[in-house]
Amino acid sequence: MAEIVKAKEPFRFHTRLHLTELTGLRAINLSQLAELIREVPGSSIYHHTHRFLQQHQYLSPEPPNDFAYWVTEILGEDELGERLSSIDTINYSTIRLLRDRIIETIEEYLENNPLAKMKFAREGEEFYFIKSVSFILPTDYTANDLREFTDILKKVTIDSIYFHIFESRLRLEKNDNDFSNWIGNSVGNKSLAEKISKLDPYTHTLEGLRGNLVYMLERELSR
Amino acid sequence: MAKLEEYIPIVGQSIIDDLKLLAKRLEGKVVQHINSTAVGGGVAEILTRAVPLLNELGLNTKWDVIKGGEQFFEVTKKFHNALHGRIEEIGQRDFDIFMGASAENIKGVDTYGDIVFVHDPQPIALINKRAENKWLWRCHIDVSNPNQKVWKFLMDFIVKYDSAVFSAPSFSRRLPIRQFLISPSIDPLSDKNKELPQELVDSVLRKYEIKKDKPIITQISRFDRLKDPVGVIQAYLQVKKYIDCQLILAGGSASDDPEGVQVLAEVKEKSRQDKDIHILLLPQNDIEVNALQRSSDVIIQKSIREGFGLTVSEALWKAKPVVASNVGGIPLQIKHKYSGLLCHSIDGAAFAIKQLLNSPAYARKLGENGRENIRNNFLLTRHLKEYMLLFLSLYHPEDVVQL
Repeated sequence: MAEIVKAKEPFRFHTRLHLTELTGLRAINLSQLAELIREVPGSSIYHHTHRFLQQHQYLSPEPPNDFAYWVTEILGEDELGERLSSIDTINYSTIRLLRDRIIETIEEYLENNPLAKMKFAREGEEFYFIKSVSFILPTDYTANDLREFTDILKKVTIDSIYFHIFESRLRLEKNDNDFSNWIGNSVGNKSLAEKISKLDPYTHTLEGLRGNLVYMLERELSR
Repeated sequence: MAKLEEYIPIVGQSIIDDLKLLAKRLEGKVVQHINSTAVGGGVAEILTRAVPLLNELGLNTKWDVIKGGEQFFEVTKKFHNALHGRIEEIGQRDFDIFMGASAENIKGVDTYGDIVFVHDPQPIALINKRAENKWLWRCHIDVSNPNQKVWKFLMDFIVKYDSAVFSAPSFSRRLPIRQFLISPSIDPLSDKNKELPQELVDSVLRKYEIKKDKPIITQISRFDRLKDPVGVIQAYLQVKKYIDCQLILAGGSASDDPEGVQVLAEVKEKSRQDKDIHILLLPQNDIEVNALQRSSDVIIQKSIREGFGLTVSEALWKAKPVVASNVGGIPLQIKHKYSGLLCHSIDGAAFAIKQLLNSPAYARKLGENGRENIRNNFLLTRHLKEYMLLFLSLYHPEDVVQL
């Protein structure tokens, strides 16, 4: 077993709790949906592309984003629903780029399927735009090396894992997830950092993601 | 009343730790809840359970109640119905009565809280005595299609608050103040939701002479047209053609509600010929409701309108497959085909019930997903967390708050 390397800087686990803010904006068809997606704040796009991950974290694999769910279940546009749910969120480093991709997908579809514009949601089934307000708090957990990090990772809330993997990268616009950043730069284990970066976290449940990370870390520790 | 540590085996230590972290950030603040009644009704029920837990967390939480005479409460009842979209004759005299009683409360109620948290329309006018403190208005009712006269009257007060809170996205509209979505919750340790020994569940079935020899479909609801009990019977009869099953319709007594008495009579008439339909009047017997839900194979909530529909959360918490109408707060609790089945009609409900009874593995999966959805999103601990985040939002206007 290799010697445990002490990190240059300790890793402080944070957690992220969120409150849902209503905008009062609603769409009843695809044209309105695209128009409002263009207008609403980034925190609303973030909410609708990530809410399922947190609220339905026990579902697997890959639950859809809210746009895909609404387009499929309410408007019955399965093909567009599939295109929206397969947008590779991990490839977008900012909310702005992700937003553009969603609009592009809807507009392309409408161009090729003009009749889809004629589909309207029933009263009460409109798409309601919502925002996520995030509160980021430091927890009491700090890791000085990979062993401590792995032990803590087993017990922190999934909100904490969620924050370091998803929110920190996309919403705070860091290039990579926090775990890879720390393991690569502070522990100096570039290959493990890269392996974690390559995980597509959007295709795991949060508990599944925790299990995967712990497995990779323990394998590394037992080498 | 349950203590915080009793929730640990249900939600996990880390969730309770998060609540403590948040309470620390609110140290020194006094939160004052104000509503119109100390007992009865959903608001009082939630405050009764939430206030002691918030205090246990170290957040100084108080609860005060406004006063009002018979006339005032008649007017506020009319407002309540009108906000739900019912046709009500509301004239200047009603508004005068409301303002008269409100003026008395403005004089009599001390609004000492750093954060004053006003629940529902009855105490809404207290905002007129706002000082430097923060004010929140919590709307617990379905205002997706409100009477415009009443809504306009209330808007003059709403805009003076710092933020408003609604229970479902469809209740929100464009407002000049911040508005948040906070769903109600169920308490997993209450009589209605706690685990029950199988002998107790069986004894309740014996008491009502229900045998467990064929699948049980249940709807727990008041006998009210908006809960569509007659539609439930029609759906059951369609299922019964193919699957031998039984139906339980159980709800509170309707003796003080003339329309309820009529609905109950219709329901009894429709079910007279069928010994497999059990109509049960349960006067506030939470343990029995719990036992009936636990002994059911499918739970149905075929409401025509619904404020939130916490009976759905109660059923899902017991990991039961649920068929429910796509109205009010129900779609927040059920994602179609993930954590239950949503329907729009009697035929749709019947089809969904048949699917569930014929596919027990699928039904079980929906029930399990449903239970996890409730654990993550609709338990009292989530409600406490969101209330504390709401309080913090009053001091942090940004979308990403570093605490």
